[in-house]
Amino acid sequence: MHDYDAFSFDSKAEMLEKSAHYWNPDKTRFWSDSGIDLVIDRREGYLLWDMDGRRLIDVHLNGGTYNLGHRNPEVVAAVKKAMDRFDVGNHHFPSLGRTALAEALVESAPAGLTKVAYASGGGEAIDIALKSARHAMQKRKIVSIVKAYHGHTGLAVATGDDRFAKLFLADRPEEFPQVPFNDLDAMEQALRGRDVAAVIMETIPATYGFPLPDPGYLEAVKALCERYDALYIADEVQTGLMRTGELWGITKHGIEPDILVSGKGLSGGIYPIAAVLLSERAGAWLHEDGFGHISTFGGAELGCVAALTTLEITQRPEVRSMVHYIADRVGTGLREVQAQYPDWFVGIRQNGVVLGLEFAHPEGAKYVMRQLYELGVWAIFSTLDPRVLQYKPGILMTPDLVEELLDRTALAIGRAAADPALSRRRAS
Amino acid sequence: MSDQPQTVTAPGAAGHLLERARWAARAYASYSASDVERIVRAVADVAHAHAEKYAEWAVRETGFGVVEHKVRKNQACSRGIVDAYAGDDFVTPRVRIDDKIVEVPRPAGVVLALTPSTNPVATVFFKVILALLTRNAVVVSPHPMAKECCHDAARLLARAAVEAGAPDGIVQSIAEPTIPLVEALMGDARTNVILATGGTGVVRAAYSSGNPAIGVGPGNVPVLVDATADVRAAARRIVESKAFDNSVLCTNESVLIAEEAVADQLVREMERAGAAMLSADDAQRLRDSMFPQGRLDVDVVGKDAAWIAQRAGIRVGPRTKVLVAPFDTAVPEEPLTHEKLSPVLGLIRVPDASTGIATARAIIRIAGAGHSAAIHSADPGTVMRYAAEVPVLRVSVNVGNSTGGSGLDTNLAPTMTIGTGFVGRSALGENLQPKHLVNWTRIAYNSDPAEAMPAYAGLSPWPDHHAPVPAYPVPSNDERAPRSHTPAHVDALVDRIGARAGAGGVSAGDAAFREQVRRLVVEELSHLIKG
Ligand SMILES: Cc1ncc(COP(=O)(O)O)c(C=O)c1O
Repeated sequence: MHDYDAFSFDSKAEMLEKSAHYWNPDKTRFWSDSGIDLVIDRREGYLLWDMDGRRLIDVHLNGGTYNLGHRNPEVVAAVKKAMDRFDVGNHHFPSLGRTALAEALVESAPAGLTKVAYASGGGEAIDIALKSARHAMQKRKIVSIVKAYHGHTGLAVATGDDRFAKLFLADRPEEFPQVPFNDLDAMEQALRGRDVAAVIMETIPATYGFPLPDPGYLEAVKALCERYDALYIADEVQTGLMRTGELWGITKHGIEPDILVSGKGLSGGIYPIAAVLLSERAGAWLHEDGFGHISTFGGAELGCVAALTTLEITQRPEVRSMVHYIADRVGTGLREVQAQYPDWFVGIRQNGVVLGLEFAHPEGAKYVMRQLYELGVWAIFSTLDPRVLQYKPGILMTPDLVEELLDRTALAIGRAAADPALSRRRAS
Repeated sequence: MSDQPQTVTAPGAAGHLLERARWAARAYASYSASDVERIVRAVADVAHAHAEKYAEWAVRETGFGVVEHKVRKNQACSRGIVDAYAGDDFVTPRVRIDDKIVEVPRPAGVVLALTPSTNPVATVFFKVILALLTRNAVVVSPHPMAKECCHDAARLLARAAVEAGAPDGIVQSIAEPTIPLVEALMGDARTNVILATGGTGVVRAAYSSGNPAIGVGPGNVPVLVDATADVRAAARRIVESKAFDNSVLCTNESVLIAEEAVADQLVREMERAGAAMLSADDAQRLRDSMFPQGRLDVDVVGKDAAWIAQRAGIRVGPRTKVLVAPFDTAVPEEPLTHEKLSPVLGLIRVPDASTGIATARAIIRIAGAGHSAAIHSADPGTVMRYAAEVPVLRVSVNVGNSTGGSGLDTNLAPTMTIGTGFVGRSALGENLQPKHLVNWTRIAYNSDPAEAMPAYAGLSPWPDHHAPVPAYPVPSNDERAPRSHTPAHVDALVDRIGARAGAGGVSAGDAAFREQVRRLVVEELSHLIKG
């Protein structure tokens, strides 16, 4: 019997059965078929425990949602305290929490971003960004990257992979042209007609396996945007909040975007919230019709408290230093593993603690993911490029946990390399 | 970004300070002897160069002490410490061939350094340099009364250390120390050792924290002048010692015990050297003013003699450096037997040296166990009995004790932290010195002569460091990023392609070009593998 106060299950098997029955049959089956029988139960710091009690180090972090660890005690304490005074708030009125967080976000952001609009999740925030751009530029087209991922809401889904847009008949290729990543010629072609409202870019495309922008690529895209009068939208949902060793990944490129989107980790993993930072130009609608985007839960005040605490923690100079140490240690450790299996572990894409590990097989990351899972580490393959494993250590990881993680990772990569199923498929 | 203002107030943030220190300590523990020497030298130089600035600042901020004396302490605790340990190496493994033992140093890790208000910046310098000499990270937690000068000084040293190649975060400090914050730091498992210098409360809290701690008890120094002493020299030394930094060193003399035969002469000589001998009435005024309700009023700590006299309503000459207050029973209810931390000296006369020793024991029974005592004497027998009978761990002879017990004017280890030993409720019985911050892993061979120990000389596990630690996280496709070792066959291929391309006018040595080729080759290979 597993008793969770508000509900209970007799067994993991019963829980999985009900999950498939009442919730999402395909997703439930997908993980069973993948050999990942994970039902996350207890969670603390960078550790998860399955319903069966198995301990896992979390380097998936839901794309950075648990950047500060699961149930970060400082965020939990701040939100608990806030609950004695605040709730979701009333989004129609000037709001204490929304205002305080907006000020903190603007102060933290690259120059030129002066206003904040709120959403309850990343996708909605992307929709706000795209709507803002269209309004400001009075143009419809949005250019995105092939294999980009910006969420699954109305407009965001159209900027991503076909698979998700077509499913719901939401693909609109004429309004949402896509160009290959790192291809400046294609980008220029797309912008040349001056009919594009904005280019939307993940600073490092996450779901595509974190391929790194070629040196100078993002800078050149920004220059093209300026030349052809389009806005530059930086999707920092996965690359923001110190994951690259700076608060916002885009600042490492010296780019001042017109719009910056943050989500996931901004919530502290505790209370959903996402935010869009807008330049005066991009946020013009906020002067014209402030009711232009309405979202009851967008910027819920408890979420604002979670986000303010998260921002404060993340901006501590100690934390920035720790991220650099973690990135250094993880990078060094992985390069040592790579030297052992150079023909199998063929690439390390790293910017801070944003990492994609490339394997020499079209589905290589799935094999490594399974071996890691057996060895007590949870990392997820990249949906849009399953050769690549997303590997996202938390920014507050302790030295001991980093070393333990590396030990387990070395073993898992070695075991995957020797996986007979893999060599059969490699040979075929 | 060690030069950013740090506003650590919440215990959570304090935890991150320790976490960063832990990373730094971990990195620094692999530094070589020459790295350490370079870093320590740079830090000591910068500290030495700012000795005056921080002496002034400390006096201004705390109201304690004398600038010129604090300058001397700041110098002694910067370059002075480095010079004192110039021949010592806490980094290189030590080989004891005859014992068939090799000792490998293992630093403490994160040192939490609590620093006092009385010797604020000197103690910051001292503890930071001790930590750096032994490859530890240090977090300075200054006394709230001296937080600004200490925090600033610690940040200066932090910058100097990192500029000389030390790991980022190796020296940190707390801008706003509060009791809950300091308690959180002391109790945190990430603190490896606490160095507690300060009041008894702080020291007891350090020992109660559950973490290894080196805390030291208070002083209350008796000084015996026997009939064999060079009375003039003794008088001069005692007055100077009492005037030194207005007696804020815990090694300063508290009670003068004078053998009757030389007492009058001693008093005369002391007056000549700048002491004012108080009448019984004035001594009572001083008691009332300095010890309301029998407890020391901390307002007098580190003030000069004229200020203290005036506050007590006592007239003294303008050049008075020390107030000498006579009393005649060495019992706890006599306030003048207690520690004063100011240029006030109790004086008691005794008929002979034996009574003098017994009186010194009585003083230490009241306070100051395990700390220090001084004696001015030409008779080694008396000195020996004094040392054996008075329960202290250092007895300085024929020297002012402020700078004697602290090792500035004796050959004791120069220190700002005086171990009071078991008798003084401390784990440390010596003057705090670098060796107390490092353990040694001992490699021990079979003692059977048939089992030989191979040569270890020259083997050191620590490489030299030349780049910033940690490396800045440049993206891995940046040409400055470190590379993994590519397999030999890829390198060979790259060379061949490079050579051919070189013939066509492209420089084969061009790093960016080589990298591009390398990536193409690896990509090609992985396609082949995938089939
Ligand atoms: C880069 C990026 N943008 C946007 C989103 C959408 O966020 P959400 O799932 O909160 O709608 C995601 C989610 O994975 C993402 O990775």
